[in-house]
Amino acid sequence: MAVKVLKPGLATTVQDLGRPGYYHIGIPLSGGMDRHALAAANLLVGNEAGAAVLEAVFMGPELEFTADTTVAVTGAELPPKLDGELRETWTSFKVKRGQILSFDFLKQGARGYIAVAGGIDVPVVLGSRSTYALGALGGFKGRKLEAGDELPVGNAAATGKDGRSVARDLRGQPAGMPTELRAMPGLYWHRITEAAGNGFFSDTWKVAPEADRIGYRFKGGQPLDFVPREPPFGAGSDPSNITDACYPYGSIQVPGGTEPIVLHRDAVSGGGYFMVGTVIAADMDLIGQLQPNTPVKFVKVDMDQALAARRSRSELLSRLHSALA
Amino acid sequence: MQTRFSFGGDEHIFAEVGEAMSLEAFFKSLFITNAVRDAKIKGVTEICPANASYQVKFDPDQIKPDDLLTELKRLDSASEKSEPVIKTRIIEIPVLYNDPWTHETLMRFRERHQNPEGTDLEYAARINGLDSVDAFIKAHSSAPWFVSMVGFVAGLPFLYQMVERKRQLQAPKYLRPRTDTPKLTVGHGGCFSCIYSVRGAGGYQMFGITPMPIYDPNQNISYLRDFMCLFKPGDIVKWKPIDRAAYDAAVADVDAGRFAPVIRDVSFSLTEFNRDVDAYNSKLDGVLHGR
Repeated sequence: MAVKVLKPGLATTVQDLGRPGYYHIGIPLSGGMDRHALAAANLLVGNEAGAAVLEAVFMGPELEFTADTTVAVTGAELPPKLDGELRETWTSFKVKRGQILSFDFLKQGARGYIAVAGGIDVPVVLGSRSTYALGALGGFKGRKLEAGDELPVGNAAATGKDGRSVARDLRGQPAGMPTELRAMPGLYWHRITEAAGNGFFSDTWKVAPEADRIGYRFKGGQPLDFVPREPPFGAGSDPSNITDACYPYGSIQVPGGTEPIVLHRDAVSGGGYFMVGTVIAADMDLIGQLQPNTPVKFVKVDMDQALAARRSRSELLSRLHSALA
Repeated sequence: MQTRFSFGGDEHIFAEVGEAMSLEAFFKSLFITNAVRDAKIKGVTEICPANASYQVKFDPDQIKPDDLLTELKRLDSASEKSEPVIKTRIIEIPVLYNDPWTHETLMRFRERHQNPEGTDLEYAARINGLDSVDAFIKAHSSAPWFVSMVGFVAGLPFLYQMVERKRQLQAPKYLRPRTDTPKLTVGHGGCFSCIYSVRGAGGYQMFGITPMPIYDPNQNISYLRDFMCLFKPGDIVKWKPIDRAAYDAAVADVDAGRFAPVIRDVSFSLTEFNRDVDAYNSKLDGVLHGR
C-alpha cells in the first residue's frame, strides 16, 4: 500500500530513530526530534518502536491511503481528522482505503508524529530511513514532502488495533511554564565571566523564530560577558570564536554572546563558536515540542543528575512499552 | 600540550588538544581518535577528530562516563610516547581558480565583503602581502593541505596548509555570511580552506571551483559508489590549478562516469615533515605523481 500526499504541510519529513556512526564526516544523527512520541505512535499501530513515521511541524499534511490500515498521531496536539471528522491524538484508529487524513490547527506542542501500520518504507540509507534535508539524504528523495508524493508503506506485522491509547502520564511532553531544560555547564564555559554564567541559568529565555531540526535559537536573556583573552591562532577575532571544533548534540553555542543556539538531531557537526554547555539527553525530546516564543529556563545539573534523569526517561519508555504490549 | 577534557552532557566527551590551531594539535587529535577507534571501546558510538580537538559520543548505559574519561586520558598520555606516523591518502583536487560562478556570486554579495571594490582573490592576495592574484594562487596550490576536519555539513573538508605558520595564508570570513555559495567552491576563512560539498550559505572567501564532486548521496558518481563522501580526516590534498578547457573536460568526464581522481596511499611522519617541510612536501608530490 501507499500514502498519497495531497498537501505536504509546512515541513513534513520521514523520520525514524536516526543514523548513528557518520557524525565524523558531517552526517548527523537525524531522526525524530521527539523520539518518545515517535516510539509511542509506532507502538500504537503495532510497529516496532523505531519504524519510520512522518514528522509534521506546526501544521499537518493531507494524506490519502490506498489500502485499509491503522494510524496514530502523537506528540504535539495536532488533532487528526478522518474525512473531516475529528479523531483523538495519542490513540490508534482505522483508516479505510480512499479515506483522507487531514489535521486541525495546532493546539499545543510543535511536532506531530504520524505512524502507519507497517511503517513508511522508503529505502534505508546508511542504516536509517530518516531524512537529512541539508545533505539531501535519506527519507523520501532526501527532502521534505511535496504534494503528489507517494510514500510506500511496509507490510504490517500485526493488524493494528483500533482505539488503543497512551495515558497522559506516559506521553513525556513538556510540562509547566517556563519549560525547564536541564543542562550541564562545560565545553568552553570558562570563556564567560561568573556573573554571565549565573545570568545564563537565572534568565528566562524565549524560543526564537529560528528553530528547526538543526537547532533551536533562544533570545531575551542578558548578553554573556567574556573573560578577556588574546585570540588563539586559527580561532578568529570575536571573543565567541574558537578554533573550529566538534559540536555535541544538545550543545549550547552563543555566537557573539547574545542568542544561545541548542543543536538538535540535524546538527551541524562542528564550527567556530564557543559553547557554554550541553542540554542533557533526557530533555532533548522536549525541545522538539517547543513553539516559538515559549519561555524556557536552563537548569544547571551535574553528571549524576543527568544520569538520574536519563534513567527516569528510559523508565517512562519501558512503561510505555508495557502499556502497549 | 596538555589536553583539556570536558563532558558535553551525558553522551559526549570533548577534548581540546590545543586552543590554537597547529599541525601538532591536529596530528595528536587524529592519532588519538585512530587509537580510540582501534580500541573498540564498548558503548562508543561516534569518534570525531577536529582541527585541534576531538569528540567521542558514547552511551552511558553501556560505559560509565568516568570510565571512558579515564580510558581517553590513558590513550592521550600513551600517544606522547608513540612515533607520530599515520597511514593516509594524498588526493589531487583540480581547481579552476577565478572561475565565473564564484565570481558571479561574490559580486552579488559584495556589500557583505571587507573590500567591495575588488574580488575575494585580490583581497586575499593583498592582505597576505602577495603582489598579484597569480602569486596568491601559486602560494595556495604549491604546498599540500591536511584535511583537518570533515563536517559542518555532510562531507565538507576543512583544510590546513602544510607549511610553517609564518607562510600560512590567512583571510577573515565575510563581514556578514552569504546566503548562497556555489557547490564545490574552494573557500577560505581564518587559516582554513574548505570545499563546499553542497550549495548553501557560507562566509568563507571564494577562490575557485573544482569540477570534482566530493559528496553524492545518490552514489551515482563513479568514485563515490563505495561511499558517498570522498574525504576522511587525515587525508592530504594537493590543489592542481586548471584552465577553463580542462575544467569543462573534467566535468564531462564526471558526467560520463570516467573521471578517475588521482588518489595514492601514503605514510606521513610528523617528525620527518618538521625536519624539512619543503623537501617532505616535494616527496609527497612524488608519491602523488608516481615518481
